[in-house]
Amino acid sequence: MSLFQADNLSINFGGIKAVDGVTFDVAKGEVFTIIGPNGAGKTTIFNLVSRIYEPSGGRLVFDGNDITQVPPHKIAALGIARTFQNIELFEHATLLQNLLLARHAHKTSGFFSELLFLPSVRRKELEHREAVEKVIEFLDLQQYRDSFIVNLPYGVRKVTELARALCTNPKLLLLDEPSSGLNVEETEDMAFWIQDIKNLLGITVLMVEHDMKLVSAVSDRVLALNYGRPIATGTPSEVQSHPDVVRAYLGG
Amino acid sequence: MRFLFKTSYNQDVGLFRDKVDLFWYSLLGVAALGLPLLMSTYYVTEISLVLIYAICGISLMVLVGYTGLVSLGHAAFLGIGAYAHGYFLKIGIPWIPSVAMAVVITTACGLIVGLPALRMTGIYLTIATLAFALIIQEVFNHWTAVTQGFDGLPVAMPVIFGISVSKANFYYLCLFFLVLSLWLTRNLLRSPTGRAWVAIRDSEIAAQSMGVHLAIYKSIAFAYSAGLMGLAGALYAHKISHLAPDIFNILLSINFLLLVIVGGLGSLHGTIFGAIFVVLLPPIISILRDEIPASLGAAATSTGIAAIGAIGKAIGGFLAKPGVEAGILGLILVLVILLEPLGIYGRWVKIRVFFSTFPMYKRATFKRQKSYMKSERLR
Repeated sequence: MSLFQADNLSINFGGIKAVDGVTFDVAKGEVFTIIGPNGAGKTTIFNLVSRIYEPSGGRLVFDGNDITQVPPHKIAALGIARTFQNIELFEHATLLQNLLLARHAHKTSGFFSELLFLPSVRRKELEHREAVEKVIEFLDLQQYRDSFIVNLPYGVRKVTELARALCTNPKLLLLDEPSSGLNVEETEDMAFWIQDIKNLLGITVLMVEHDMKLVSAVSDRVLALNYGRPIATGTPSEVQSHPDVVRAYLGG
Repeated sequence: MRFLFKTSYNQDVGLFRDKVDLFWYSLLGVAALGLPLLMSTYYVTEISLVLIYAICGISLMVLVGYTGLVSLGHAAFLGIGAYAHGYFLKIGIPWIPSVAMAVVITTACGLIVGLPALRMTGIYLTIATLAFALIIQEVFNHWTAVTQGFDGLPVAMPVIFGISVSKANFYYLCLFFLVLSLWLTRNLLRSPTGRAWVAIRDSEIAAQSMGVHLAIYKSIAFAYSAGLMGLAGALYAHKISHLAPDIFNILLSINFLLLVIVGGLGSLHGTIFGAIFVVLLPPIISILRDEIPASLGAAATSTGIAAIGAIGKAIGGFLAKPGVEAGILGLILVLVILLEPLGIYGRWVKIRVFFSTFPMYKRATFKRQKSYMKSERLR
């Protein structure tokens, strides 16, 4: 049973077909990875799924509902969370505030009850805090709780992005190059966490990644793209040895 | 050295972190209440101006410091609040409904002006608010039926439930509204709305992906900010007692911007510091204008070097030139942005940390790392 489907997805920027008729489906509970050379359209697909870009053709189906017309701020409430390739944290806020913001989709209070900070608002705040603390413990971020993001090292920021995405309580997690800029150890940690997210939390993961070691370690299925077109799908080893994929990376 | 030992999530949600904080803020409250007993009425009314400016500061802080939308037109909102209140009092509406209606009207204006904010960012929005302020000033000039144009609109001291408020008691009225605005704003800042504002300021794209409706939260910020400005305007009308269109000019808007930047962007403490600074600055400049030539002149006669007296006269003459005050404001703004981006509040935090960690204070605590590359692709 597939959780997410992209059906003949396309987008043009002027004359450039950045994504050209890509079809794939992500089954519930799997880690699905998109690979491809630079400029293949991987991040563009993410921006299409999180509805920041308007597709010029095709359909997105999530959990049996067509989400091609859903506005971008409603995506989180549906259960799709994402991280960003170049870190888009709220830099002048603490780590805790960053994670609490991720609970925004679960907000129930109105403006005036917040203005007076009614007991209902306080109760909900404490609930959010508890949900956030679970994620902090899961990813071992306790010591950074009250640090401002600007003061945190790159590796921790990367984990914070993951934590923020998890705090929205997603069904589908989009990870845009989770290992970029991380050292070998941090990449290994990331691999463990992705496996834990899949096995312990039961969250489906859609990932874009360049590090083939990480890809082989965690992915169930891989889609290879080149110039916006799919060239191969299958298990990591199948895709890696596919002649078209080898040609896309090495030329010839 | 003081450690904050947290035992409950409520400590992070509450207004005060612990009993020590509560103690200091209560002490400040008592001091604020007792202040008029120690001072002459003249100084008390001047301090009322600080309180009113602090409300203006909170208003602009919400917009500039928390939501990241820079407005150069906030004097117009102050004017709308002041004129609305003055007009309602003139036609015989009691004080409390009059203030409430002034706040509602400015909030509505803020909502209307906020609409372009949904499409514009950065400097373009600032220019739009500037244009709005200029238009509103013309409206004040020409809508004489309400504003009485350049004849001016007199506003007497408030009469609440038949009791007329004296100049000394006006201070308490301002203090009440300042504390109220601080409390309401703090409530918003510690709930989802405030976090959404901060998120919009730091990364619109991430905020959106986390479920923040950008247009709605930007509009709320604009409307709330304008509403506070309307409240401040109603009090300001009593403070200056005679409204004229040219009071609400661009220089006042720049003053407010100076207030939040010098006070410290992104902190409510900063609004108070900033208000004190902005109100104190003109008297300080005028004192310098008189004192420097006089003291250097005295030094010249005692030492017999005429050049010192000439320098003193030159400085005094320079300070007396029209427009110098605005220039000095600009200079201070540039220096603060270069040397202490977090303003007086940032400096205050450093001093506090110095004493609380003495003798272990390290300057590097406040060294900011340079930011990493950030994607500009999606903007």
